[in-house]
Amino acid sequence: MAGLISHFFSYSFLLRALIGGSLVAICAALIGTSLVLKRYAMIGDGLSHVGFGALAAAMALSASPLAVALPVVILTAFLLLRLSTNNRIHGDAAIAMISSASMAAGVIVISLTSGLNTDFYNFMFGSILAMSRTDMTLSIILSFVVLVLFLFSYNNLFAVTFDESFARASGISAGFWNAVLAVIASVTIVLGMRVMGAILISSLIIFPPLSAMRLFGSFKGVTVASAVIALVCFSTGLFLSYALDLPAGPVIVIVNFLCFLLFSWFGWLKKLKRA
Amino acid sequence: MNKLLELKNVSFAYDRQTVVNRVNFSLHEGDYLAIVGENGSGKTTLLQGLLGLKTPSAGEIVRRETLNRLQVGYLPQQTPLQRDFPATVREVVLSGRLNRHGFVSFYSREDRKASALAMERLSVDGLANRSYRELSGGQRQRVLLARALAASNGLLLLDEPTAGLDPIVAHEFYRLVRAINRDDCATVIMVSHDIHCVMHDATHVLHLGRSQLFFGTTEDYLKSVVAASYLSHGETVSHEPACEGGIDADGTPTCGCGVSAPLEETPESDKGGRFSADDPDGHRHSRGGRCSANGEKERG
Repeated sequence: MAGLISHFFSYSFLLRALIGGSLVAICAALIGTSLVLKRYAMIGDGLSHVGFGALAAAMALSASPLAVALPVVILTAFLLLRLSTNNRIHGDAAIAMISSASMAAGVIVISLTSGLNTDFYNFMFGSILAMSRTDMTLSIILSFVVLVLFLFSYNNLFAVTFDESFARASGISAGFWNAVLAVIASVTIVLGMRVMGAILISSLIIFPPLSAMRLFGSFKGVTVASAVIALVCFSTGLFLSYALDLPAGPVIVIVNFLCFLLFSWFGWLKKLKRA
Repeated sequence: MNKLLELKNVSFAYDRQTVVNRVNFSLHEGDYLAIVGENGSGKTTLLQGLLGLKTPSAGEIVRRETLNRLQVGYLPQQTPLQRDFPATVREVVLSGRLNRHGFVSFYSREDRKASALAMERLSVDGLANRSYRELSGGQRQRVLLARALAASNGLLLLDEPTAGLDPIVAHEFYRLVRAINRDDCATVIMVSHDIHCVMHDATHVLHLGRSQLFFGTTEDYLKSVVAASYLSHGETVSHEPACEGGIDADGTPTCGCGVSAPLEETPESDKGGRFSADDPDGHRHSRGGRCSANGEKERG
């Protein structure tokens, strides 16, 4: 075991995956609390599929993956937010439409160019080898921005999440905060996608807040707990994936799921105790 | 007089289609205005306008200088996603103070004090650490009213606050609003479908039907033709809303609406109100006084 751990830390790509990935996971969990409570959780799923399409296109054009995927996903996030607030097309239907279309486009592009090979497999399910130096630097910048935002404007974010009408009347721009959430969600998804895979990245946004909500009844408690859960589950999952030689994304999702079950059980016990 | 708010020929439009046409009224300190009207009569739009979230397409809204539009104590309709929201009562009430902060939102000691007073005023201080999602409908509405109080600088704006509450809880809620209105000199604007109940508490009525059908005192409204036709739509027609009820020995209201026990008997009215608590001297004000220009009640 000790040997395994020291091995783990001797590979620089693993360290990059651990540092970059954990930071992305924490960011995802922090904004995930708001997204889940605002019923925008599916936007994360939609965006990851769009990200997949964009990455495939970037590969075909042999352009830098981030340079293509980031703007495309951010634009889509704004579009989806608009659609969600527009009653003519239901938000969930719009998301399903856009995500399956871009997924389909991505698969076609990949099969026309390189074929359904290892790259495809990595895109879909993630790889611990995929976190590049640029990705890690970007992850550090992203998490710094998110942390500063949370530190200084946490209460505004709470107000917008809890009650948009009231927040607006208090002079807090709900539109601005929704846009901020959209941009952060996009960047988080694009950065996290390499390790987690396009199919599974949205779990980083959804699982930790849901687990935290099982047990904690305050917004602060849920926010802090989901960040901690995200960190613990991601690093445990990454290490297990290395030890068991399994793809990183699925292992991290399963660890998160087990954590959700554990917290549900704690929550149930807590309720039982009170009754 | 202490005119707080005046609407001069105010109209609102969506896509150049006028939904509220030429509303004229003025409110004074301590007034309790009920806005009534059927669905689609423009009540919500007018409310948005009063909050400064929608600009009038014509006319103007004149606010007294001391009335910052951000410091209106607003109680919006509850949304379904709030029902299972993990937030403590304290967190919710404190968020009422955010209108005093900008992008950087740290609560000051004053904010904590104000929200503690608001919680006490509505008897939810005992629930401060409880999670909002564990509360009953009536408790939630009191918490949101506490948030509105914490936010408010003397004007409360309530949007159908008793929707979905059972009659007894609604009745209790009306009693609280009336106590805040009378004891703390808060000006109240309430949109309500629950017309019979509101009639008992409100001092003024604005009846909307896309345009202004009536504005005046409740007394005059009850004599008006508009009221007669509107009230007769309801099933429990009562042209005499001042049912001399109160609370039965077993605690149930003797009529289904917001008729309450005499105010003197309510424990809440003995507590120092939010607005009087803003007073640096911290002195309480005697009941039955008039409201002065700065929102305090004058002794006498």
